[in-house]
Amino acid sequence: MDAFLSLIHGFGVLADPMNIVYMCVGVVLGVLIGVLPGLGGANGVAILLPLTFSMSPTAAIIMLSSIYWGALFGGAITSVLFNIPGEPWSVATTFDGHPMAQQGKADEALTAAFTSSFIGALLAVIVITFLAPVVAGFALRFGPAEFFAVQLLTFCSFVGMGRESPFKVLAAMTLGFALAAVGLDSVTGQLRMTFGTVELMRGFDFLIAVIGLFGIGEILLTMEEGLSFRGKSTTITLRSVMNTWIRLPRFWVTYLRSAAVGCWLGITPGGATPASFMSYGLARRFSKDPGNFGKGEIEGVVAPETAAHAAGTSALLPMLTLGIPGSPTAAVMLGGLLIWGLQPGPMLFIEQKDFVWGLIASMYLSNVIGFLIVLTTVPLWASILRIPFSIIAPVIIVLCCIGAYTVHNAFLDVVIMLFFGVIGYVFKKLHYPLAPLVLALVLGDMAESSFRQSMLISQGDMSIFWSNWLVGSICSLALAMLFWPLIALMLDKLRGGGRFSPGGA
Amino acid sequence: MFMEREQNLVPESLPGDGEKTTPVSDAGLTVTMKTMELVVAGLLMLVAAIVMYDSVRVGAGWAFDGPQAGYFPFFIGLILFAASAVTFGINLFSRTADLSNFVTKPALLLVAKVLAPTVIYLIVMYYVGIYIASALYICFFMMWLGKYSIRKAAPVAIAIPLVLFWLFEIAFLIPLPKGPLEAALGF
Repeated sequence: MDAFLSLIHGFGVLADPMNIVYMCVGVVLGVLIGVLPGLGGANGVAILLPLTFSMSPTAAIIMLSSIYWGALFGGAITSVLFNIPGEPWSVATTFDGHPMAQQGKADEALTAAFTSSFIGALLAVIVITFLAPVVAGFALRFGPAEFFAVQLLTFCSFVGMGRESPFKVLAAMTLGFALAAVGLDSVTGQLRMTFGTVELMRGFDFLIAVIGLFGIGEILLTMEEGLSFRGKSTTITLRSVMNTWIRLPRFWVTYLRSAAVGCWLGITPGGATPASFMSYGLARRFSKDPGNFGKGEIEGVVAPETAAHAAGTSALLPMLTLGIPGSPTAAVMLGGLLIWGLQPGPMLFIEQKDFVWGLIASMYLSNVIGFLIVLTTVPLWASILRIPFSIIAPVIIVLCCIGAYTVHNAFLDVVIMLFFGVIGYVFKKLHYPLAPLVLALVLGDMAESSFRQSMLISQGDMSIFWSNWLVGSICSLALAMLFWPLIALMLDKLRGGGRFSPGGA
Repeated sequence: MFMEREQNLVPESLPGDGEKTTPVSDAGLTVTMKTMELVVAGLLMLVAAIVMYDSVRVGAGWAFDGPQAGYFPFFIGLILFAASAVTFGINLFSRTADLSNFVTKPALLLVAKVLAPTVIYLIVMYYVGIYIASALYICFFMMWLGKYSIRKAAPVAIAIPLVLFWLFEIAFLIPLPKGPLEAALGF
């Protein structure tokens, strides 16, 4: 009931008309970012972050989170119409969304995608509303060891849940940690890995890395595939919306299952992308007619979109309550919180009630607004994608440079950003995951300091991580996640091996 | 050997999920995936070695007041080294190493065509500021890669920096790098 009252208070914060304006601006910008190749949720928010420095933190987070919701919606448009996933989490949407568009059912596919995104987000926001205060209250009792345990779990989840080679996940992650360690060590005041240069003393800012890895890297990848997009165009009429809506309630089980998968992977940082794939796979396995998947089955649009949006939304829960972002975009927002002078973590729920509940209330409203906007403006976005890439690409690169420069007003950052762009391109091609790298870069200092604090408390005794049932179970879970690839391999061997794809196909 | 795991998580092979198999034609061959895997894993091992070396320099042990500055980074470097060594080893010794093309020649050319002007753009930006450099860059990009005439490219190339100038310098009061022209105009 407390959460409910706080939520009403949050809606009171939204009563400021400027906040509604920021929300609408954010959603529109977000859809634009989601539609354009090379601009995604993470780097889009990173580029726009400097514009929010002069705003109040509440207005700023409302705008930035609205951009995020918009980007989540926008990814579906390009997937369905152009078979180009605007965002990694909408790759699974192309499997059935684009075949539907080719059959002339683009309006149905888009309506289903938007509705599913909306429902996924709504369910996740409800989870956040009631779970976040509980988690925050719980986390108030956390010591450094508990925080390190949760951070350990975060990173081990990447290894256990990732679709890439666990060694590549580990390499990307530790590279992030290593980059985070560059510069002045805050505890001892020593310089680490600066090799006598002044420039490296500041260390590597993750915002620069995000803009380069996701922005420039993505442009280079898109460039490889040539310059032209060919797609279907469509408008959504009220009739087609109604026709689709009548069909959707049949999939209520899919909705619930996908939202559950999404929330789980969003809170433990699997992220939206694995959630969408997993949900698609599950929907197909439980379907009465799995053969239709991949040929334009509407359920194949519903499942990944619900999960992606649920995961994207619930990724904010650990960011707010524990200060541990569940996705790169959440990490960028966390960076924003720090810049606005707010300390993410459980104290936020006590000291910054307006901020937290304003944000949570805005999630309800901005998803409604986003849903209405995308439903009515699909032709507009489709026409933006028809602008030739040779115009869009240089503009996006210019925006990336501006974004990188404005973080610290340093020209060198722009050069570093371009360097990260090349790294992003090569890593993407070799299937090194970028999300763990970014999250390690963000959380590196935090993880290190909670580790060192725990070590100080225990005089260097590792058993502090198993000193009580709470920290012990989190650590054990983390280790289980870390060795999950190995465990899964052995379980398969025990079951007789060879049964790796149960559904056939 | 890790393909099994992947299918474990996502039960069935998903349509379109597979790698875009670049057609291996000798004409377009640049380097194989295997070579690139080895190069990247090797570079990461080098980075890891540098991290560990520097961590030992600042002290990776245990001081009287707790862990030294290099304690945490040293182990990070160690894990990075080990993980990359495994990736290196898998690609070196596995018979199923991916011998397909890392990037086709035409694709590499396109990537270089974006990268080279961007590097020049940054150099120009350093001297004349971001607005002029951006105008030149967009114009060049459109004419060179988009094959637009200067009449079509110039308006876009001039309009976008103007909008950016208004947005950053006037609306949000965020200074971006400026050069002699802006100085002459009094900014």
